[in-house]
Amino acid sequence: MVDTKVNLCGIELDNPIIPASGTFGYGYEYAELYDINMLGTFSFKGTTKDARFGNPTPRIAECTAGMINAVGLQNPGVEAVVKEELPKLKKCFNKKVMANVSGFSVEEYAYTSSVLDKEDQVGWIEVNVSCPNVHGGGMSFGTDPKSAREVTEAVKKVTTKPVLIKLSPNVTDIVSIAKACEDGGADGISLINTMLGMRINLRTRKPVIANKMGGFSGSAIFPVAVRMVYQVAHAVDIPVVGMGGVSSAEDVIELMLAGATAVQVGAYNLVNPYACKDIITELPVVMEKYKITSLKEIIKGVK
Amino acid sequence: MKQGIFKILSNTPLNASVYKMVLSGDTSAITNPGQFVNIKIDGLFLRRPISVNDVDGDKLTIIYKVVGKGTEIMSTLTDGVLDVLTGLGNGYDLSLAGDRPLLIGGGVGVPPLYMLAKKLIAKNKQVTVILGFNTKDEIFYEDEFKALGAKVFVTTVDGSYGIKGFVTDALKDTDCTYFYTCGPEPMLKAVYNATTIDGECSFEERMGCGFGACMGCSCKTKYGNKRICKDGPVLKKGEIIW
Repeated sequence: MVDTKVNLCGIELDNPIIPASGTFGYGYEYAELYDINMLGTFSFKGTTKDARFGNPTPRIAECTAGMINAVGLQNPGVEAVVKEELPKLKKCFNKKVMANVSGFSVEEYAYTSSVLDKEDQVGWIEVNVSCPNVHGGGMSFGTDPKSAREVTEAVKKVTTKPVLIKLSPNVTDIVSIAKACEDGGADGISLINTMLGMRINLRTRKPVIANKMGGFSGSAIFPVAVRMVYQVAHAVDIPVVGMGGVSSAEDVIELMLAGATAVQVGAYNLVNPYACKDIITELPVVMEKYKITSLKEIIKGVK
Repeated sequence: MKQGIFKILSNTPLNASVYKMVLSGDTSAITNPGQFVNIKIDGLFLRRPISVNDVDGDKLTIIYKVVGKGTEIMSTLTDGVLDVLTGLGNGYDLSLAGDRPLLIGGGVGVPPLYMLAKKLIAKNKQVTVILGFNTKDEIFYEDEFKALGAKVFVTTVDGSYGIKGFVTDALKDTDCTYFYTCGPEPMLKAVYNATTIDGECSFEERMGCGFGACMGCSCKTKYGNKRICKDGPVLKKGEIIW
């Protein structure tokens, strides 16, 4: 019998598998397909203070072994999330959920986090300082250590729940940003968000995506995720939630060896709606194959 | 929604770029005409959403146009199996048809109207169909609609067959209670503007997941934001914002 349990910032997870924000809605779409209580937890759709429609369509483009999205943080706003989405989520999920928060100013991040802090079911607050799809917001906080620290400090002030900062890979020095978040009081780091990408339609000679650029995700970015998780996990003393192109139990183990305490699955959910269920089912088999008795023991196994 | 493995029974061209593929598998999740399926294709990351042309027991028929890499690969398949998500989207609302529904399809928007016509005729409705194409060589399914017992008008933009012009040029010859349409967005808009009766339009959009999770295909309606894949692809005339 293998042990798949991990501890993320003081909360025990039955397994390290977490559907990533933006690929799992508020859970109930997937609850129609399988019992989502089998998940470690999930990170719900990025939530902002006010409702957002997001970017014009097309928002999606195919890439080799991946995709680009430029949804642009479409969400009903934090009040509607609390009033309408979380009650629906509660009906299909009885574990702690990860609240994903985005914003356009330090105050906005703090406000949205303070509202979600009052929700019992929220176990962690994952602060997205890395969305590539919104102009003048999001990612700019995640590309500068000082701003990333300011957001971290502001959110930490309004919540007692563990705060994870979700970082962008679109930076020259990921370690300095992760360390700034740790210095600001972050309880963990999530990475990587999508990489900035672009596709052009040869027939129309126009970008495929209305927003021109978008976030590149999917299997193709997995090696970048492994590298950045490895760099950050070896530089900070707080847990790292690894993500980026994960599509198998083997990928989960590889990211954990690189330094991840838990692993998020993103784009692959959109291709295979049963992706997380399949990975959770496969995990004990793959653990036995590689003679792993406890997942906790392999975290940061690669020096 | 259901995920299933479907066997390819046949895949034949209907014209230079449109193919008809017949699959067999568990079709039980397909409950309404106007729904679509989302097909995994080897070598590509995202699935490809294709409208349902017809369901007969475990047989699923789709008709698709080769427009890019995904449909190009599909057109070369002759046997084997496909991983298909079925029962996606809302489909048409048959309860609003009235006695004399009008079905208007443009190009590759024609296929989903076939199953709709079949269901409406089974309910003893007097169905009129307008099929619009660019030119004679592109026409498909005229005989199939006639065989169902529908009154069929065909329009071609270049006048090489049937009524010369757009689908809206055939409207004056119809006396109908409600319209159902599917086709390119400019055609949907033209139908919306040219009709005095109520109706509904089926929209197309680039999708991520196809089942409502990713917000890749959102649109604004008079009643708030909707996802083309989950809350659509069919929108009622009264809610559409162009």
